[in-house]
Amino acid sequence: MAGQDLIIEPIKYRVPLSRPEKGVAGKTGFWRTEKPVVDKEKCVKCWLCEIYCPVDVIRVEPETGPTIDYDYCKGCGVCSNVCPSGAITMVPEE
Amino acid sequence: MAQTRPKPPLPYRMRDIVLPGDAACPGCPIPMAWKVLAAVFRDKMILVIPACCSSVVVGAYPGNSIKASVVHVAFASAAAVASGIAEALKKRGVNDVQVIAWAGDGGTADIGMASLSGAAERNHDMIYIMYDNEAYMNTGIQRSSSTPFGAWTTTTPIIGKTEHKKDVARIMIAHGVPYVATASIAYPHDFYAKLQKARRIRGFKFIHLHAPCPTGWRFDPKYTVEIAKLAVETGLWILYEYYDGKIHLSGPSRPYMDPAKRKPVEEYLKLQGRFKKMTPEKIEEIKKYAEMYWDWIKRHM
Ligand SMILES: Cc1ncc(C[n+]2csc(CCOP(=O)(O)OP(=O)(O)O)c2C)c(N)n1
Ligand code: SF4
Ligand code: SF4
Ligand code: SF4
Ligand SMILES: [Mg+2]
Repeated sequence: MAGQDLIIEPIKYRVPLSRPEKGVAGKTGFWRTEKPVVDKEKCVKCWLCEIYCPVDVIRVEPETGPTIDYDYCKGCGVCSNVCPSGAITMVPEE
Repeated sequence: MAQTRPKPPLPYRMRDIVLPGDAACPGCPIPMAWKVLAAVFRDKMILVIPACCSSVVVGAYPGNSIKASVVHVAFASAAAVASGIAEALKKRGVNDVQVIAWAGDGGTADIGMASLSGAAERNHDMIYIMYDNEAYMNTGIQRSSSTPFGAWTTTTPIIGKTEHKKDVARIMIAHGVPYVATASIAYPHDFYAKLQKARRIRGFKFIHLHAPCPTGWRFDPKYTVEIAKLAVETGLWILYEYYDGKIHLSGPSRPYMDPAKRKPVEEYLKLQGRFKKMTPEKIEEIKKYAEMYWDWIKRHM
């Protein structure tokens, strides 16, 4: 408009810098059609499920065995497939 | 002194760098590999990523699924940008951060080849990792020069690809760089050892990482690791390092020098929908090609 300056903020104040965060694609647990269920009796604590889990949601501790964060587990079944002792079963989600 | 149980780097040093909830398909090999990078470098790495699945996997602004630095760059430029970053870090005296160009097979074997060749020839201090899911997955499974013979893709829809896979590792060896290796997502300990070696070498390091993709290869996502392992056990994918002018065959591939120890190639092919239409003649052709590959390995050991 005449007589009025158009002010645009310099771009340097708004650099689109992304920060690390959990859940960039949301709670990916909702994607799941099958859920990995661990039988801790059978587990030999070899860590393979944790090493291969693409979502990094498994933690295998010598004391507790594997625990899975179901908020983000995508239900791919890789953990169940790599487990040497058949301790992880995929069960259909309701 | 009290005896504590040893905590091996895999999985303990892998943890909490590749954050849950990324945009990768279930069973994707990309974050699996990143966890191994995390075990070696933790957050002290700068990943330079050209357009590919990985650009999508890390998520959109304002989030990023990796707790490390990521520079998103235009398709053909990964090695060029990584060269610049490596030189800038050197000038500033920063020597505890690893520059890693992380690119797909399309971004490496095809469109990024020129900048890759330039960076290798100038011997910039970086690790270039080509994660090879054997097609342009991000744009809808088009063939690349790294797609294997016979494979279905959306641009080889009827009879599959009629050319063999381009051997990029061998092209990099021809550049005379200090370190070239092949790796596989099924062998994280082997991949870890190779990254540890690469980080101690100054100059250009190239790693060609085999990375089966459930979406593009048409298999159930639970088989990602099993299929990657079968590629090695059938002798179709050979794990080695090249330095000091020689091939050094890696542990997992050693038994398969002997063809009698290899599993039948069919076991690898039959789990993948992309090979559904393979004829016996085409399977023979794949076996012949693998034999040539092994001959070359043996000649250079
Ligand atoms: C110059 C340019 N050409 C084409 C594209 C479109 N494009 C984006 S990702 C991609 C495929 C990448 O394939 P690859 O490097 O194998 O990685 P993948 O997606 O398989 O992980 C293409 C063609 C682009 N972004 N820029
Ligand atoms: S099903 Fe997949 S995402 Fe879920 S815990 Fe197992 S490996 Fe991880
Ligand atoms: S792979 Fe199986 S045996 Fe090994 S730690 Fe996981 S659940 Fe236990
Ligand atoms: S298409 Fe393949 S490589 Fe790309 S995100 Fe999906 S599983 Fe990963
Ligand atoms: Mg690809």
